[in-house]
Amino acid sequence: MFSEADLAAIGLTLRLATTVTLCLMVIGTPIAWWLARRDSWWRGIVGAVVALPLVLPPTVLGFYFLIAMGPQGWLGELTQFLGLGTLAFTFQGLVVASIFYSLPFVVQPIQNAIEALGERPLEVAATLQAGPWDRFFTVVLPMAKPGFISAAILGFAHTVGEFGLVLMIGGNIPGETQVVSVQIYDHVEALDYTHAHSLSGVMVVFSFAVLLALSVYQRKFAKSRIGYGI
Amino acid sequence: MTEKTIDAQFSFKYSARDKNRPDTFSLDIDVSLPMSGVTAIYGHSGSGKTTLLRCIAGLQSFNKKACSEGFIARLQVGGEVWQDQENLLAPHKRSIGYVFQEAGLFPHLTAEQNIQYGIRRISDKPSAEFYSHILSLMGIQALMSRLPDQLSGGERQRVAIARALLIKPKLLLMDEPLASLDSARKEEILPFLESLKEESKVPILYVSHSMEEVSRLADNLVMLEDGKVVAEGRLNEVLSRIDVPLPASEAGMVVEAAVVEKSSRWHLLRAEFSGGEFWLRDSGERLGQSIRLRILARDVSLAKESHDDSSILNRLPVKVLEVGQDTDPAMCLVRLGAGQTRLLSRITRCSAEHLQIKTGQRLWAQIKSVAIVR
Repeated sequence: MFSEADLAAIGLTLRLATTVTLCLMVIGTPIAWWLARRDSWWRGIVGAVVALPLVLPPTVLGFYFLIAMGPQGWLGELTQFLGLGTLAFTFQGLVVASIFYSLPFVVQPIQNAIEALGERPLEVAATLQAGPWDRFFTVVLPMAKPGFISAAILGFAHTVGEFGLVLMIGGNIPGETQVVSVQIYDHVEALDYTHAHSLSGVMVVFSFAVLLALSVYQRKFAKSRIGYGI
Repeated sequence: MTEKTIDAQFSFKYSARDKNRPDTFSLDIDVSLPMSGVTAIYGHSGSGKTTLLRCIAGLQSFNKKACSEGFIARLQVGGEVWQDQENLLAPHKRSIGYVFQEAGLFPHLTAEQNIQYGIRRISDKPSAEFYSHILSLMGIQALMSRLPDQLSGGERQRVAIARALLIKPKLLLMDEPLASLDSARKEEILPFLESLKEESKVPILYVSHSMEEVSRLADNLVMLEDGKVVAEGRLNEVLSRIDVPLPASEAGMVVEAAVVEKSSRWHLLRAEFSGGEFWLRDSGERLGQSIRLRILARDVSLAKESHDDSSILNRLPVKVLEVGQDTDPAMCLVRLGAGQTRLLSRITRCSAEHLQIKTGQRLWAQIKSVAIVR
């Protein structure tokens, strides 16, 4: 049913999505925190930049990333200076671009959850002698847990589903940048519909399962949800 | 500026984030409050009482950005600077307990975990005796394994009070802890607050807009209006000031008395205070018990002679100390002295002129109703 290359593509896709999701949770949380709690005019700008990938065609993002990551690009010069070579057409390059591409899917659920939490639980924790980091880990994280879980699921699923960006900056290198979506494209181009079918089927089942799991989780949470302030 | 006071001097303009409230609000405070007993901060909503409490807790800081021109800023509690122009002590480093209007329990933690949340973070842990003492004082031993949504509003508030007390704060701040409860729940909690006041040594700042709660609990009173302190001092001193009139339903005095006699025939008790005695409805007080009475100004009428032929049980010889204006143009307030005790009477200006009331005059006060508040 799956060729050697198909399995490699599935493995690579999972590895990419996992790496990107982990990075996004670390990068996205402070951004979401800042967006949820600061009321400056900068907030609009940062919020819009974070949301850009929602509306821009992935080819546009990929094009700019390709230029930035090239030997003459600012990102390329930086990575070369650090002795990492250039990122274009590498797994690392794909990770960097995917982080940006999936950022809104992670930032927005976390931001919403933190906004819904409000100021009060943090104030209560402060009057119980909890410092800022302490408050984050003992109050924000457990109380906004559904937001963080939704964010991780969406970030993962969205990274699995990307195509245009991968094609632009990753190319199609087996084992390095050839993810499932690109592999399907290859099969179709080669008129290998059998393999295209099985991989596409996997993607449909996976995506459906993820969305179902998310909605079941959110519904369960909504039922047990106890509003703050009681 | 001693060990025993809270010195707060600050003035600032504050922009409310809340869109429903006026966008700027200014607070102009210069008070020195005692670090003992219960000090009530009384005022109408929007008078700045909660903001004052939040500033003391450090939840709101009067930083330079928030300050208007020429501000002064100093907050010193028991000899320790919590905030001034240079220093700002973060709220989690201030030794306070804070009880919010809605209990503010963490919904993901049980009552016990909520209480432990604070205890885990202090170095000087409460002893096992103190711990169980506070739990029994608040009557929450049986509730410890429950989550907040399995508790009633009153129970949640009692857990929150225990949580604040058990971190052994230098100062307990309570922001209208009863305001979000219905009157039955209030009656459930007030006795706990009263025993708290009796048994715990921690000074309490108690924000309230209810003169009834204030009369029951307070030793000292700070009255706020439009972000300014209009009166402060011992409860009765402030209450007896007729230049800061309260609404007709609230103006009145508090009298400390002791039960000296009980009449089983009439279901009455005799309470003695400095300046006289009252006969009151017996609601189960013990002989010798000290009680606090509240007498509203509108329930005190004045007469030149003692009328035996009236249904009013309590009559006292009094001396007029001061006559002042009321907010209502038809009425005036009269401050009376009965021994060391002060009373207020709210009568029509017409009657005052008819009786030719003036300072120093001796009259009879007829008291229609006396409430035992404690």
